[in-house]
Amino acid sequence: MPETETMSPEEEVAEADLDRFDKDQLLGFLREMLLYRRFEEKAEEAYAIGKIGGFCHLHIGQEAVALGIIGPLREDDYVITAYRDHTQALAKGVDAVGVMAELYGKDTGTSRGKGGSMHIFDAEKGFMGGHGIVGGQVPLAAGIGFAIRYREEDRVCVCFMGDAAVNQGAFHEALNMAAVWKLPVLFVVENNEYGMGTAFSRVSALPVVERAQGLGVPAHHVDGQDLLATWTLTESLVEKIRNGEGPQYLDARTYRFKGHSMSDPVSGTYRSKEEVESKVRERDPITILRNRLFEEGMLDEEGLKAMDTEVRKEVDEAAQAADDAPFPADEELYTHVYSEINEHGRLFFDGRDREDD
Amino acid sequence: MQTITYREALNQALSEELERDENVFLMGEEVAEYDGAYKVSKGLLEAFGDRRIVDSPISELGFAGLGVGAAMVGLRPVIEFMTFNFSILALDQVINSAAKMLYMSGGQIPMPMVFRGPTGAALQLSAQHSQACETWYVHAPGIKLVTPGTPADAKGLLKASIRDNDPVAFMEGELLYNVKGEVPDVEDGDFVIPLGKADVKREGSDVSIITHGKMVHVALQAAKKLEKDGIEAEVLDLRTLRPLDVDAILETVRKTNRAVYLEEGWPYAGIGSQIVATIQEEAFDALDAPILRVTQADVPMPYAKRLEQMAKPDADRVVRACNRVLYRNGTGS
Repeated sequence: MPETETMSPEEEVAEADLDRFDKDQLLGFLREMLLYRRFEEKAEEAYAIGKIGGFCHLHIGQEAVALGIIGPLREDDYVITAYRDHTQALAKGVDAVGVMAELYGKDTGTSRGKGGSMHIFDAEKGFMGGHGIVGGQVPLAAGIGFAIRYREEDRVCVCFMGDAAVNQGAFHEALNMAAVWKLPVLFVVENNEYGMGTAFSRVSALPVVERAQGLGVPAHHVDGQDLLATWTLTESLVEKIRNGEGPQYLDARTYRFKGHSMSDPVSGTYRSKEEVESKVRERDPITILRNRLFEEGMLDEEGLKAMDTEVRKEVDEAAQAADDAPFPADEELYTHVYSEINEHGRLFFDGRDREDD
Repeated sequence: MQTITYREALNQALSEELERDENVFLMGEEVAEYDGAYKVSKGLLEAFGDRRIVDSPISELGFAGLGVGAAMVGLRPVIEFMTFNFSILALDQVINSAAKMLYMSGGQIPMPMVFRGPTGAALQLSAQHSQACETWYVHAPGIKLVTPGTPADAKGLLKASIRDNDPVAFMEGELLYNVKGEVPDVEDGDFVIPLGKADVKREGSDVSIITHGKMVHVALQAAKKLEKDGIEAEVLDLRTLRPLDVDAILETVRKTNRAVYLEEGWPYAGIGSQIVATIQEEAFDALDAPILRVTQADVPMPYAKRLEQMAKPDADRVVRACNRVLYRNGTGS
């Protein structure tokens, strides 16, 4: 993928300053990202033994984007995303047990086992899903932004999408409306360089960062593997949005360490093993933060090990709870199709209610 | 009673619901400054301001999705499609987002919204501007579909649709907007017709013409012609296609033992297919003849006047179908 043009100087991110964060905060960041990593590894394990089915897209390698962008938000802000959604849900405060149970298809899952991996929702936490059609969530984000503005609130909606989404019409229509109505939305492209197995540059004439300017949305880019840089830039963008300046667009450059979904190879015809290995070696967001904490003397190997043991335990407990939980009852098949069951007319036409007649 | 047009009835419904509930807003192409492509929203911008009456860019997928997003957090959007022909661009948001949101969120996120605009053909607008879109919408569980044929039904059902907590597709007709009819006076209080109730538009004992939307008027014309031949046709207007008033369908079939389904759209997987299936599954013994369907010709809509006329279902075709299910040689017109 070609190196993208740099933006105008004021849009460049200053080197994230470690002094902005206190030690507890920094250790908390590392712990949080470790949790996301171990959560996804556990999901991978559970998928391999058939506890999780369907499509399951792991976020491994992209953890700093989830934390660096959701972390600085307020609790009452909204997040909406595509189908690679587990860790973003965790970052928004959704209970890990609920997310894992959803992956297991259990009644205690966030969507009562009806959504699965791609459709994690927690309305109470402002986590507005998990959407499965590439780019489909982008107009929804504009709508949430519209509602915020309509009610004269100072909330912000963050809309995540993969790089491939910027080639969808929905992206262009939504960003145009967001710009013209100054909607409070931060559009974040998790630019992991590939739309499934197609390199972005093979199917796009312009780089990701340049795709929003023609629509009137100020564009920024950041090293999405650098948590502190991502966090710092996000804080400033969210502040602009909250101040009524309208939408912002962020190209967060990252890399997916695993296959597109569980059924896809990590590398192969579309990207080489060497490419993936070098990214894992040099661009792991957890390693990058860990090394800085080591250098600063805030953490040592022993402390890291203790932290890791703790998060593994948390994830194991979530998986155990998911495993122990009941599957949805058969009657749940027909609930939540409509919120109002009609007293006059028929809503379902499969005839199954008359099978025993 | 006031005698007003279908257009005015819709305008009253919108105005009353905007007045009643601060969460209701109207968005679409030309709805505000232009007063609506078909003037349904005339005067609403002046009355409610540009916060609630919003002109959109020509981005059907985008603003349909925006409506879904606004509904996700509790607003009650009314999204106007200039015509439902253009909404085919928006179907991803209608089907994949609006219809499935409640289900895939495990009941967390209801979709209290309306997609509305005209469906079906007007006059000589040819292929891309003349199609009945009911099937695209009714096919997906999670959506409700409302098709009023008269001013009173338009008003009462639009008000009910806006108050409903599920996504409702509300299909009007370009050729209906000027149709006049009696509607209860505004002073007489809130006029709401619940979804899911069919309406017998004409009583009869010999054959049932079951239909919806604009075709109600064609059915009534056909019934008049049949009357001259001594045939009493019952005209059942379904009014809402999902929820569907199956009891009313079975009742009329049990009464007349013969039925014709009349619709503006194409036959394959059309609304009539479902109605025929329902009748034969649940009232087979009541039938004295196979049910026939009268639909648009199974071709894209042509432009040339004569060809267009041939393509559309009309009263004569309905009369012929009724005569066939009555096993009689009628005059046909």
